[in-house]
Order: sequence, then C-alpha cells, then structure tokens
Amino acid sequence: MLLRLNGSVAEAPEGATLEALIGRLGLPAARIAVERNGEIVPRGQYAGVVLAEGDVIEVVTLVGGG
Amino acid sequence: MARSKALIFGGRELGSRLIVGTGKYPSLEVARRAIEASGATMVTVAVRRVDLGRRGEPSILDVLADLKVAILPNTAGCYTADEAVRVARLGREAGLSELVKVEVIGDEKTLLPDNEGLLQATRTLVKDGFVVLPYTNDDLVVAKRLRDAGAAAVMPLGAPIGSGLGIQNALHLRLLIEAIPEIPVIVDTGVGTASDAAVAMELGADGVLMNTGIAGARDPVAMAKAMALAVEAGRLAFEAGRIEKKNYATASSPEAGRVGGSR
Repeated sequence: MLLRLNGSVAEAPEGATLEALIGRLGLPAARIAVERNGEIVPRGQYAGVVLAEGDVIEVVTLVGGG
Repeated sequence: MARSKALIFGGRELGSRLIVGTGKYPSLEVARRAIEASGATMVTVAVRRVDLGRRGEPSILDVLADLKVAILPNTAGCYTADEAVRVARLGREAGLSELVKVEVIGDEKTLLPDNEGLLQATRTLVKDGFVVLPYTNDDLVVAKRLRDAGAAAVMPLGAPIGSGLGIQNALHLRLLIEAIPEIPVIVDTGVGTASDAAVAMELGADGVLMNTGIAGARDPVAMAKAMALAVEAGRLAFEAGRIEKKNYATASSPEAGRVGGSR
C-alpha cells in the first residue's frame, strides 16, 4: 500500500504498523515525533497503529535553529 | 535598587541570562565549543522533518545531550497560529519538554512577528500546558496581552532576525520592560556584537537570546565568550544604576586647591 511519508510517496506492506515503519527507517525513537493524518501518535503507541492506504505520516526531529 | 528577574521556566532556574540558538554553525564541533563558551544553560532548536536520506549521522542533539543544557524548541518558519501550535506539539513530543519559543511570522522579508497569530497561538498553547516564550515585536501593548494570555516571558526583538543591526529602538524596549514587571523580558534577535547584548541588558532586559551573532562570527567560540561577558556586564551595570546624562562637563577632581589658583 502507498503512504505519504514526509511529503514523499512510500510503500508499506498491507497491515504494517507504525512501529514497523519507524523500525524500518532506523530512527532513534527517543528523538522523533510522529504525526499520522495530522494527529500526534504518542511515543510508545506506535505498535498499536495499523497503517492504512493513503495515510499521511510526518516524522520530525529537533535540529539546529534559533 | 533595580534587580533583574530570575529566569525560572518549567521549575528550573537558568544559570545564565544568555540563551543561544544552535543553528548556522560551521560544524557540530564548533557548535559544541561555542555553546560551552557562552555559558548558556538553555538553547533553542527547530522542529523539522527527519531527513530520511541522512539518518544515523551525528546530530546537534548528541552535542546538547553531552552539554546537559535545557532544550527550547521553536516554531520558526510558521506563518499561522495553527501551524505554530502544530509544530509546538510535535516539538514537545520530540523534545519531552513543555517549553516552547513561539514564533508566528507575518512577513517573509523581515520575518517580523504577526501579533494576532502570536497571541492566538500563545493562548492555545498556554491552555495546553506549555511554558510559552513568545517572540514578539517591541510593542508594549502586545507584550501586555501576551502576559495576560499566560506567557512565561516575552521576547521582544532588537532588530530583524539574523540582521546583526543591534538594538534599533531602545526607547520601545525600555518602555516595554517597565510595562511588564511580572514576567521576564528577554531580548531576542538582532544582536550583532557584544555591545548590543550589553545595551539590551543595560535597558533592564532579564536575558538575551541570540544565534546568528555567535554562529556567524568569524570565530564563534570567541564571540560566544564575548557575549557571555557582555550580558553579565550589562546586567551588573543595570543593577548598579547608571549616572544621569548631562550636556555639560562636571569635573571629577576637586575645584579647591588648584595649583596657581587665586586662593
């Protein structure tokens, strides 16, 4: 199935969880925040979120800035 | 005697009146050394999409974890209250901190704040439990409204972001500081060199926030140290109470007993 991940099209297997997606990306969970269709998914709840076709996922972190 | 207000945010008192940004450094190593030299115990960071092509590389967060500084996520780049609220919530989730520097920009060329959007975002975020530090114009009316909305501090500008022009409207800043005795006033943006930071503190600001003035200097580490000294010097001068300005000279040495005088 196709998702939109940080503005680009991404593919994920049917029934994949958010945890699986984040795990595949190799991101340190302690430093990111994830939004699914405009709603923040709290840290620790990624495993319970089953992704659906067309989901819009934003994965953000903190970077240098003023 | 005039006293600077303590900078206590989220139950933690800052050990320095200088808050620094973490952007625009030539390297992470220079950033680390400059932040250390600044003595800052709180630093700002921005919230951005993870760069999926560059994951695993060292990040500024590694540096900040080593330095054990408090993290103040910002909403830089937001042009509406809704965007700022969204970014603030993401920053809280990523940074595990209730602190947020709220920016709602109203003009692309000057990056000057949008007063209406800023007030709206501040009200929403305060209700949502955030410790809100809004980046605002040097306008005491807006500052009072931000205070009434529950802001933890107000952060008026010295000059446009990254301009290095120094304090452009000292009178407005002074009036704003005098109008807001209840919460800290932190001069944010426009500092180009050490004297600018000292001027802000001499006007009675409780702190100064800067990024480009340090990160863009030829030697950011030396400039960070200069800024730390300037903030401290300016605060001491403010608390010491400067002399009145007079148009004519008053001699420092005694008039009486001058050599060759009539008496």
